[in-house]
Amino acid sequence: MTAAERATGSLVLDPEEARRLRAVRVERFGRWLLPLAIMISAIWLWDRICVWNDIPRYILPRPGEVLYTLYSDAGLLFSSLLVTLKITFLGLALAVAGGVGLAVLFAQSKWVEMSFFPFAIVLQVTPIVAIFPLINIYVDNQTAKLLLCAWIVAFFPILSNTTLGLNSVDRNLRDLFKLNGATRWQELIHLRLPAAMPYFLGGLKIAGGLSLIGAVVAEFVAGSAGQSSGLASRIIEAGYRLNAPRLFAALILISFTGILIFLLLSLISHLVLRRWHESALRPER
Amino acid sequence: MLVLRDVGKTFSNGVTALGNVNLAIGAGDFVSLLGPSGCGKSTALRLVAGLSTPTTGTIDWRAGERPDRSSIGFVFQEPTLMPWASVLDNVWLPLRLRGMSRADAMPAIRQMIDRVGLAGFESAMPRELSGGMKMRVSIARGLVTKSRLLLMDEPFAALDEITRFRLNHDLLDLWQDEKFTVVFVTHSVFESVFLSNRIVVMAARPGRVFDELTVASGYPRDEAFRTSPEYAALCRDTSQVLVGAINAGADNDRG
Repeated sequence: MTAAERATGSLVLDPEEARRLRAVRVERFGRWLLPLAIMISAIWLWDRICVWNDIPRYILPRPGEVLYTLYSDAGLLFSSLLVTLKITFLGLALAVAGGVGLAVLFAQSKWVEMSFFPFAIVLQVTPIVAIFPLINIYVDNQTAKLLLCAWIVAFFPILSNTTLGLNSVDRNLRDLFKLNGATRWQELIHLRLPAAMPYFLGGLKIAGGLSLIGAVVAEFVAGSAGQSSGLASRIIEAGYRLNAPRLFAALILISFTGILIFLLLSLISHLVLRRWHESALRPER
Repeated sequence: MLVLRDVGKTFSNGVTALGNVNLAIGAGDFVSLLGPSGCGKSTALRLVAGLSTPTTGTIDWRAGERPDRSSIGFVFQEPTLMPWASVLDNVWLPLRLRGMSRADAMPAIRQMIDRVGLAGFESAMPRELSGGMKMRVSIARGLVTKSRLLLMDEPFAALDEITRFRLNHDLLDLWQDEKFTVVFVTHSVFESVFLSNRIVVMAARPGRVFDELTVASGYPRDEAFRTSPEYAALCRDTSQVLVGAINAGADNDRG
């Protein structure tokens, strides 16, 4: 009895289908197992390189020590993470409000879109690090500064995706709404916004990561002036003190936060779209 | 019910979709517009629906028979359902846009869904339905406002023949029971003969009425009608007229 036959019970499979079934099962495990194996080997190699070359801890700490720092400095690091998270999510929320709001405005009138969209692009392509000194001069409130940065970086993908979505409505459905005497408002609520939902959620996934980057970059620039208490400022501080373990610990924390934000937004996207959109459907064949 | 008088439509890109169309549609008629691609059948339908305005000529409604927009149903070639809404919510749409709550609209929605043979599928999403079932939803949505006029733009063209036959039957049943008027755009001689009491054959370049045939056979029409010599003869006659219309369009093309 082969593995495939055991797995399918009484079902008799020809060799081709049995091979396909095996491939599916191998892939299911491989998807998790392979990256995990690579990760573990890389960490092991990192540890060995430290030991073999006698690298001092202030240049490259061993992974175990980084992990220990993550534990021993937890109070400091996590309170900093909380500050960064607050900026990230507030920035993201503002980006959603601003991006969707502007997109809806654009959808109401071609003229508004033609007039203002280029400025949104200008805002997007100018590196945030270059803008920050200006923000530093004009904005007093520390939180407002950081928020503005995170917002500028995060709002564009939401704006551009949502605009695309609002304009990608089935022509026949628009005719149907027209035929039934729908008002602009009804068309927006019942047709354009639902149709734009998959596009918006795609933009949101990008914006989540960008918002974190925006918050950290802003803290970096602000933090070098010694005014911030987020994770980035911990990194700068640790860098000055040659406290490499803490530097690594903070870095790992930021990466994991980014991954968690992405997974969270992917989950939201899946839950919202799973009943109707192609992207959220399981393949049937 | 309505009369198209010297109706023409020229688009801004210079294409004349309709030349000079004169056509009367009586209340209770089942009129097929039959013709090759580019003869302006769909344009004529959009003009009647009010989705587009004629460049020349007028569309006159007989007094008292002009439906307000609400009582025109439109069925597109694709089912054109909202993929994010259930069958029930899709059928609700025309009433919803008139400000009717779901609860108030429920009897009409349920009755219509039942009438097109989709009882039990109220909460299904469009992607879970077959092509024929989606088209049934589309028809239910077109009729849920008690439409007096149903405009159909090649609604069954994308379906397989067996499904198309079934929908043909069910559409005729509905039409006989509810006594609304149908303008049915199609490429298919067989479909137009089976369904309609009048066939308007159109020619292209510019789109115009080429000829008109009356299908005298009575209703109800069933499978026996589909296999009868009478049906075969009608199809043959209609095909001949259609060939004439196609050639007329092609001649103009060369000239």
